[in-house]
Amino acid sequence: MYYIDPHIHMVSRTTDDYETLAKMGCVAMSEPAFWAGFDRGSVDGFRDYFRQLTSFEPKRAGWYHMQHFTWMCINAKEAENVKLSREVIAMMPEFLDMPGVLGIGEIGLNKNTKNESIVFLEHLDLAAKRSEQILIHTPHLEDKLKGTRMIVDMLCDDRRLDHSRVLVDHVEEHTIRGVLEEGFWAGMTLYPVSKCTPERAVDMIELYGPERLMVNSAGDWGPSKPTAVPDFIMAMRRRGHPESLIRKIVYENPLEFFSQSRNFQFTPPEGLPTAAAK
Amino acid sequence: MSVPISAPELLSRDFLEVRAKILELAACLDRFQRAAGSVEGDPRMRRIAEGLHLLQSADQPDRAEQVQLIFSLPYEEGWRGKWNV
Repeated sequence: MYYIDPHIHMVSRTTDDYETLAKMGCVAMSEPAFWAGFDRGSVDGFRDYFRQLTSFEPKRAGWYHMQHFTWMCINAKEAENVKLSREVIAMMPEFLDMPGVLGIGEIGLNKNTKNESIVFLEHLDLAAKRSEQILIHTPHLEDKLKGTRMIVDMLCDDRRLDHSRVLVDHVEEHTIRGVLEEGFWAGMTLYPVSKCTPERAVDMIELYGPERLMVNSAGDWGPSKPTAVPDFIMAMRRRGHPESLIRKIVYENPLEFFSQSRNFQFTPPEGLPTAAAK
Repeated sequence: MSVPISAPELLSRDFLEVRAKILELAACLDRFQRAAGSVEGDPRMRRIAEGLHLLQSADQPDRAEQVQLIFSLPYEEGWRGKWNV
């Protein structure tokens, strides 16, 4: 089955991983900007990172006939440095009109601090002024409930934002309802230990239905599994769900959400040129 | 949306996995007890105990969500005003 991974950090993965994803049926992925494992020291560090996201990663994906899309931001972990965050936010428009840049993300909260909230709100302001789509990171573990509610507060307080163009990611059993009830899209991240398992993601599909829901691997430089979406597909099949429902969640829903971005140009796999036709 | 396969089928499929997870949990608790020092009074142990207690409620249809809540920090109403953001 063809699928799209709507949240995966390919800069942290090898070219072998790209090949494996292609063999598993992945036809496209979206890569939000995130934390590199260390705090970057300057706006030029981010500019180079954004160049990697918009030029080299689409090229690597293309080697295996996959399409790569991306999102720009300074992530919550580095938002404690408000001065640098403001410099990065001011620089981001250099990239926001480029092909394949879907919007602003993954912004959000990490430890639910005042500085993180300030930088989150300034990203929202940029998104509203430029009519950008938004992809949101919610905190981990014990901080998730509180942080997700704070994020939803800030989103709902800004009347300029269209909720159907916002994806709130890493939802779990205690946060999914509030996100969907406010009209946002929700992403379930299949991650060992700290987030959601394929079986629990299937449970949430059964409880809330397939509308405005996606699953992703969030594969990155830490313990994570880039082929987690195929694990979800298998869990859905073992639970007895029809192929049409699985396809909706792993392929049609990401397409529907991403299609709201002006820079999203997707060629279905049937339309990609073969080696012989090149 | 309903679960397409029946509860007895699910139990047959998942029984060994559930057994293995309970066993792993039991071994963890034994290990805490066997190791030097004590975790008695550690607030994390209280949460674990609350979680285990919750699993035994036969009429609780949302155990996973309730377990998540046990391991979550509380949300504070009016936080934006307090921080002036």
